[in-house]
Amino acid sequence: MKNTMIALALGASLMGTTALAGDVRLMWYSDGVEGEVMKDLVARFNAENPGINVILDEVAYKVVQEQLQIQLEAGSGPDIARVTNIKTLAPHWLDLTPYLADPDYWRTNFGAHADWMRTDGSDAITGFMTQLTLTGGFANATLFEQAGVALPGEGATWDDWVNAADQVAKSQGTAAAFAIDRSGHRISGPNVSYGADYIGADGMPVPVDDGTKAFAAKLVGWVEGGQMLRDTWVAASGSTYRAAADDFINAAIPFYYSGSWQIANLSTKIGDGFDWVATGSPCGTAGCSGLAGGAALVAVKYTQNAEEVAKVMEYFAREDIVKEFSERTLFLPAHAGVAAAGGLNWQTDDVNVGAALDAYVAAAGDILPAAGALPAWKWASPVYGALVNRISQVMAGELTLDDAFARIDQDIAEQVAAAQ
Amino acid sequence: MTGVKGMLGAVVTAPLGWLARLLDAPLRLWQRVAGQGGMVAFFLLPNMAIFTIFVLLPLVINIAYSMTTGAALFLPDRTYVGMGQYERLLRCTDYTNLMTCQEDQFWIALRNTGTFVVLQVSLLIVAATITALILNRALRALSFWRAVFFFPVLLSPVVVGLIWRWILDRNGVLNAALVGVGMDPVNWLLERNYAFSAAIGVTIWAQLGFFALILLAGLQAIPRDLYEAAEMDGTKPARVFWRITLPLLMPNMLVVIVLALIRAVQVFDEAYVLTGGGPGTATLFLTQYIYEVGFASLLKNPGLAAAASILMGGVLIVLTLLQLALGKRNERKGKLK
Repeated sequence: MKNTMIALALGASLMGTTALAGDVRLMWYSDGVEGEVMKDLVARFNAENPGINVILDEVAYKVVQEQLQIQLEAGSGPDIARVTNIKTLAPHWLDLTPYLADPDYWRTNFGAHADWMRTDGSDAITGFMTQLTLTGGFANATLFEQAGVALPGEGATWDDWVNAADQVAKSQGTAAAFAIDRSGHRISGPNVSYGADYIGADGMPVPVDDGTKAFAAKLVGWVEGGQMLRDTWVAASGSTYRAAADDFINAAIPFYYSGSWQIANLSTKIGDGFDWVATGSPCGTAGCSGLAGGAALVAVKYTQNAEEVAKVMEYFAREDIVKEFSERTLFLPAHAGVAAAGGLNWQTDDVNVGAALDAYVAAAGDILPAAGALPAWKWASPVYGALVNRISQVMAGELTLDDAFARIDQDIAEQVAAAQ
Repeated sequence: MTGVKGMLGAVVTAPLGWLARLLDAPLRLWQRVAGQGGMVAFFLLPNMAIFTIFVLLPLVINIAYSMTTGAALFLPDRTYVGMGQYERLLRCTDYTNLMTCQEDQFWIALRNTGTFVVLQVSLLIVAATITALILNRALRALSFWRAVFFFPVLLSPVVVGLIWRWILDRNGVLNAALVGVGMDPVNWLLERNYAFSAAIGVTIWAQLGFFALILLAGLQAIPRDLYEAAEMDGTKPARVFWRITLPLLMPNMLVVIVLALIRAVQVFDEAYVLTGGGPGTATLFLTQYIYEVGFASLLKNPGLAAAASILMGGVLIVLTLLQLALGKRNERKGKLK
């Protein structure tokens, strides 16, 4: 029965994608300009490798989030994909080791993040991070200056930042003082900064602890007080992702907490509209941690062309290609050799960009262990989803904080049980 | 000219005639073997095959999924839990307090959908009837007005949602207009009642033309002599509406009510794009709940989503049967009169 269904699904996928020998389909989403860069790199690869035809399928991030998993469960999908839900989907990734010319090159340069994209206990090489990201804040320096409010310095807490941004908001008449993307991932760095640790000794999720409770209470208070923009979190239900980047770009908020992947987006859209700076993560009681992460380019194990896939992956993982990709996309490289060599020539005229990237590199040293463990933790996704879903209900006045914490524990337990 | 037409006609019909002659002998043979009933079955077979593959089979598979749990996609890989998913959906310690339900958001979505159906369908029927009555009058530029009311029906639901989002957003057109005339802006999509009303209003705007058109067809089928007789008797317009127009419009009205009810229970696209289910869960409807659980959440639960969709399908079947029963009763009453 299962074989018949797999054969039917495979047949359907073959009809849909015409996976000819030598064809390598690459599913790619973009946050900023990386799609354009990737198109260029793919064209060059195809020109240099006449026997392999890389087909770049550019899709919305939502497609990767919602449809890729279903394709993978059906034993189909692309040959290579750019994903952020790396750990949860790890059983579907191809171990490239037997196909790689030099596996040690991969272990040396991408080994630090290899656990993020393989199942627990495995030593497989499944892909590499196209960029490292770190959550952190951005401040509209022009608005702060116009308001005569000094940017909070090193060691400033979340309260310091919100209070300063609130003064700016009141002075400049912006919609609110600040916003955080509607995402469990985004609030997890701050939660850890207030002492949260999601992972129990047995590797399973623990009940909501005091650190998470402390920052969740702050968030709700800031929404009630009008400091945090209501639109981002309240105007949606469930675990729907919403970024507040447009509000920062339109100068509707002086402070925005998101992550390093926004740098190219902000640079492109703000241009010389105003000056902005990356601030790193504000501090809590336990530290000033952001949350590392990023997107990975991974090979899918259902490919019919594993050798060609490995050749494509080797090309994109080459030191010179990673360097060029990072310089053109303004992404932090995950390649140890590129990072160690330094001297990246960021391809931008925007004076804000270099300083912002430096600020994020510096903030990487502040990541607390409880945050550092999350990218390689398989139960991070249900925790993130439950946090967003229930905390936004509190913000909308539907639940009390205590009810929300009980619901978060219940939601996580049910999701973990259903997935096991 | 006629010669060219004739030639073209011959070119088109010749292959059909050839096909008919080719099939004639085997069909006659089949009729002799299978009889008249067999021929009926034979001609129904293609439609039944399509119905089975695209409707019946997915329904059966969906029922099977609703009795399983786990993240795996293939049924044989999933764990059988019997009615476990239905129990999970329906279990509450106190049914007067939805927060005591295990799947509180399913119940919230159910409550929201019920409220939406009652309000949206009632208002839609009233608005569509009034629109049809107006369009049935001898207005100037009648075709233009009919096109105006029908135009939103041609738009994709996502486009409808986006247009209204741009209008109602914090920085939208409506707030810009309010500020322009010296009023304070309103967060239309962040206040529960406004957002819910917006969902109702936008879906009415999008569907009004379609339902008005069905009612208009009904109005135009009512014999004019009935109105002339009423006019000669000096009957008041309101009495004419209640005693002549509405009873004779009832068959079309029933079609409209059934279709509007079904569409209201299935509400998703416009509302999801407009409000995303928010603020909080104020506009979380059943279809969005199913979508969130089965497709959008980071750890998907197709079993729970399937169970919720089966329950929703059950509600739709009950509503449709109820409306059909009412329709038959009205038909019988009409015949008796």
